Amino acid sequence: MTEHAPTPLPGPASPRGASAAPRVPAWRLARAFALVGLCAFGGVMPWVYRTVVEKERWLGKAEFSELWSLGLILPGATSTNIAGMLGHRLGGPRGAAAAVGGLLAPPFVIVIAMALLYQRFGDVPAVHGMVRGVTAVAAGLVLATAAKLATGQRHKLGIAVFGGAAFLGVTVLRWPLFAVVGALIPISLATHWRLLR
Amino acid sequence: MTLVRLAWHFFILSFVAFGAATSILPEIHRVLVESMHALSESEFSGLFAMSQAAPGTNVMFVTVLGWQVAGLAGALTTTAAFLIPTGLIALAVERYGARHHQARWHVAIRQSLVPITIGLLISTGCLLGAVTLTPCGLGLVLVTTLVLLRTSWSPLWLTALGAALGALGLV
Repeated sequence: MTEHAPTPLPGPASPRGASAAPRVPAWRLARAFALVGLCAFGGVMPWVYRTVVEKERWLGKAEFSELWSLGLILPGATSTNIAGMLGHRLGGPRGAAAAVGGLLAPPFVIVIAMALLYQRFGDVPAVHGMVRGVTAVAAGLVLATAAKLATGQRHKLGIAVFGGAAFLGVTVLRWPLFAVVGALIPISLATHWRLLR
Repeated sequence: MTLVRLAWHFFILSFVAFGAATSILPEIHRVLVESMHALSESEFSGLFAMSQAAPGTNVMFVTVLGWQVAGLAGALTTTAAFLIPTGLIALAVERYGARHHQARWHVAIRQSLVPITIGLLISTGCLLGAVTLTPCGLGLVLVTTLVLLRTSWSPLWLTALGAALGALGLV
C-alpha cells in the first residue's frame, strides 16, 4: 500500500499541502513513538513535541500546534489520535498504525505488570498508603488540567454555565454522562455559534 | 458476555471523551463499580492512580481497568474499543477535514465542547479526591493543583512525593 521511496509530491496525506511533510518509513515512526511511550511520565504532549519538532524535524512548530488543537477536540484519546494523524501524514496508513502501535505497546506491558504487582501487594499498608497518596496527586493533576483548559477559552461565562451544569449533573445529581452531555452539547453549540457572529 | 459489555461501554464512552480521556472517569466508575459490580471502590481508584503513575499516554487506565475485570482479553477489548473507532474518525478528519479549520462551524464546535470537558474534569478530580478525605489528603490535592498551575515542574515529582507521603501513612 505504502511505498518506502521518498515522494516529492505532498500527496493526499497532507491536505493543506503547504509545507510538504517528509515521507518517513513506518519502522522509524514506530521506534520514535515507542520511545515517547517509554519516557513520557505525566503527559505525552511535551515528549511528542520534542521528538517530532525538535529532534526529528518532521513538522514545524505551527503545524504541530494546529495538529494538537485539532486532536484535542476530536473524541477519544488526544495522544493516540495525534499519533495516528501524524503517522498518516508522514507515512500513510502504515505509518498511522506504526505510530499508534509504538506509542501504546510499551505502556501496555508496563501498566499490566504494575497491576499484577498491585494485585499482589495492594493489601500491604504502606502500598495502600502509597496508592492513596498518588491518587490525591492524580486528582490535583486533573483539576490543574481543567484550569489550564479554562484559561485558553475566550468566553469565561460559557465555562461557568456549561461546565457548572456538567459538574452538577454528573457529580451532584449523579445522572448518566450521556444524558448530561447529550443535553448540554446542543445548547452549548447553539450559544457559541451565536457568539461567533 | 462481560467482554461484549466492556466493549460496548468503552466504545460508546470514547465518543464523549473530548479534550481529555480522563473526563469520562465518573461514568466508567458508575458502570464498573455501581452497575456491573466488577470492581470495588478502592480497586477502581487504586488502579486508576497506578495507571497515571506509569509512563506513556494517560489512557492506559482504560487498559488496566479492562485487565482487572477480564484479564488480558479484557485489557485488549477495552483498549481497542476505546481507541480504534475514534482513531479512525481522527484519520478521516486528517485526510479530509483540515482545510475547514477556520470555518465558523468548526470553531463553534471546538469552543462549545471545551466548557463541558472542563466540568467533567472537575467531576473526575472530585471523584479521585474523595479517596483521601483527610486534611492532609485534601492539602496534597490543593498543593498539586497550585504547583502544576504556577510552575513547569514535571508531575512525576509530585507523584513521587504523594507516594512517599502515602507510604509513611501521612495521607
